[in-house]
Amino acid sequence: MIFAIKPVLYDNSSNRNFKRLDMSTIIKNGRVVDPSQQLDKTANLLLVDGKIAAVDVPDNAVPSDANIFDASGKIVVPGLVDMHVHLREPGGEDAETVATGAKAALSGGFASIACPPNTVPPIDTRAQVALIRELASAARQCNVFPMCCISKGRKGEELAELGVLFESGAVACSDDGSSVEDAELMRRALEYCKMFDKPILCHEESAPLAKGGVMHEGAVSNLLGLRGIPAEAEDIMVARDIALAESVGAAMHVMHVSSAGAVDAIRRAKARGVRVTAEVAPHHFTLTDENLRSFDPNFKMNPPLRSQKHLDACLRGLVDGTIDAIATDHAPHAEERKRREIDVAPFGIIGLESALPLAIETLVDSGLLSWSQLVEKMSLNPAKILRVNKGTLKPGADADVTIIDPNLEWIFDVDQIRSKSKNSPYLGRKMKGRAAAVFVAGELRYQLQ
Amino acid sequence: MFWTPENWGSVPEGWNRSHLLGLEDLSAKEILILLDLADRFRREVLENPDNRRKIPLLAGKAIVNLFFENSTRTRTSFGLAGRRLGADVVDFAAATSSVAKGETVVDTAKNICAMGMDAVVVRHSCPGVPLTLAQNLKGCAVVNAGDGAHEHPTQGLLDILTIRRRFGRVEGLTVAVVGDIEHSRVARSNIFALQKLGATPIVCGPSTLVSEHWRDLGVEVCYSLDELLPRVDVFNLLRIQFERQVVRPFPSIAEYAHLYAMNSERLVHCKNDALIIAPGPINRGVEITPEVADGDRSAILDQVTNGVAVRMAVLWATLSVAAKR
Repeated sequence: MIFAIKPVLYDNSSNRNFKRLDMSTIIKNGRVVDPSQQLDKTANLLLVDGKIAAVDVPDNAVPSDANIFDASGKIVVPGLVDMHVHLREPGGEDAETVATGAKAALSGGFASIACPPNTVPPIDTRAQVALIRELASAARQCNVFPMCCISKGRKGEELAELGVLFESGAVACSDDGSSVEDAELMRRALEYCKMFDKPILCHEESAPLAKGGVMHEGAVSNLLGLRGIPAEAEDIMVARDIALAESVGAAMHVMHVSSAGAVDAIRRAKARGVRVTAEVAPHHFTLTDENLRSFDPNFKMNPPLRSQKHLDACLRGLVDGTIDAIATDHAPHAEERKRREIDVAPFGIIGLESALPLAIETLVDSGLLSWSQLVEKMSLNPAKILRVNKGTLKPGADADVTIIDPNLEWIFDVDQIRSKSKNSPYLGRKMKGRAAAVFVAGELRYQLQ
Repeated sequence: MFWTPENWGSVPEGWNRSHLLGLEDLSAKEILILLDLADRFRREVLENPDNRRKIPLLAGKAIVNLFFENSTRTRTSFGLAGRRLGADVVDFAAATSSVAKGETVVDTAKNICAMGMDAVVVRHSCPGVPLTLAQNLKGCAVVNAGDGAHEHPTQGLLDILTIRRRFGRVEGLTVAVVGDIEHSRVARSNIFALQKLGATPIVCGPSTLVSEHWRDLGVEVCYSLDELLPRVDVFNLLRIQFERQVVRPFPSIAEYAHLYAMNSERLVHCKNDALIIAPGPINRGVEITPEVADGDRSAILDQVTNGVAVRMAVLWATLSVAAKR
């Protein structure tokens, strides 16, 4: 099959509103927060030719022909990076496509996203990596970094051709959706990835322990008569993979941390120098298993919403640096499949467009994290973990910039959602703070109307 | 006595629900209203000395038994209760329906209700389905006839009615719920209601089927039936629900029976007035031996009779409120 990708043509007309790459843009008067340079000050940010040209341009030195973006009262940060976004293409286009997911990412403030390979079929060949990249470039929304499978067909039996897959543009490998149950295969994968300096992203769940589970095993599951997924299903896999990574000296990343035991294991591993990083999803630091009392399938996710004790541990992990990144685990599902009886509804919720306000409210407004720390977790650190050249406003870097209105109050409702799916437990929730604009490679790709 | 809606009276004050989804969210007062009503239905209608066992409180109403899980006695019991009240009762068997063709529960229920139903009696293998239907069906009373391992409120009420009729009270009694607690909706409904009414529920069974989390709710957890025998007033013996088990929780049925079957040897150590109840269907030789099931301590058949009375009370109470909305 040949994909004819229509190139985007630029003319040289003098239309000032036409955002050409060779134009310069000045983002004026915003509070620039960039942890990569320990920067937090009101400044003018100059973008030229798709790159950051200067971070602190005096008012009288602004080029006269530059587009002006007034960022007064706003926070200007390196383009946010969500390292865990299910785009469902190929195979699940009724729920999301690369184009709709990337569009939703922009309205959530993300300039870059990485997508796990658990599509149908899973991404385990060069052609499929190329397909995602082509769909993303044709969509011309945010940057999309595909991941490839660890194992062929994501079956946990033999290694995928990781070298070739990385070469063709996969930024990381992951069997997300399930763990690699076979410890020997996992050890070999960690060992093998080491030579490419590519991260291996781990979904941590012992399948036999989680089998048939619908929600966190605890007091609430006992009350509701729903089969539980015990926290140990996550704890023991995290512990196993840390032991393996430690023994072979490899780097690993724990996806969607949700249990106190996992946070604790990662903290201890980091302290003794293991190359382990971790992400947490906003729902795991804002919701608990108590929400399942409504039997609303939009509270069904994997890992499951756990009890307050686990939520608190996730917050502590974010504060003390055990958890490096916030990633949404954006998991769109078509309504007819998600709106089912809770024991058959699929796991997961959309997260791209609610993550930033939830993080601002729960972490920054509460005083748990500074703005700089939040930007670290939503931009700098995920970029570092993925080894992509993002997450910074240093001169010469790609001009990916997110402009945040921290005080905007709004209601998260269906009409606001640009994702193709609407499966969110936050529908109707009052939010504070929102992305006002996103520049990708110097182009204004999103602006809140 | 020839009962008519006029000489029977109206639903007591304090009952304002058009649905019965579970006993967890009911107050003690609401539970007592239903128990008193059921008691009255049993005495004055089902055991009417004039042998007129009908009372047309729901004449002209239509009730559907929407059963997505197999059931004979609960469905028959609801059906008879509805008919005793003068309603038209129809059965919907999911196995032979469009559910097999992939229709969602809500769509199925909406379709059935569009035929003009006043009440839906629903049984489903998934917890929460009755709540979902209550949220989605306008103007229809929803009665939970069992949702997965969550609740089975009319069974809980009939168990407690049986206890109350035998002891004259519920408060202060110690009630052991024995067996597969994990997968039992009967256990949950019983425990919620017993606690509200001032009784002391104890859960007893193999540790793989009795969660430690019951202690969080102030329920005593005990693994030894023998230890409980002398201090319990009522034993509610649950069936092992093999069909809900994802993994096998104990080595063999023989071992289970050895540890937990109520038999005549164990009965010797029980209080003289100890009562044996079981939600049924009973597995003779597993949780209960035939001589106990058929003996004078057993109230198993009395429970079944009370079941009709309880369901009459629930249907009348919920439909009366639904009609006003």
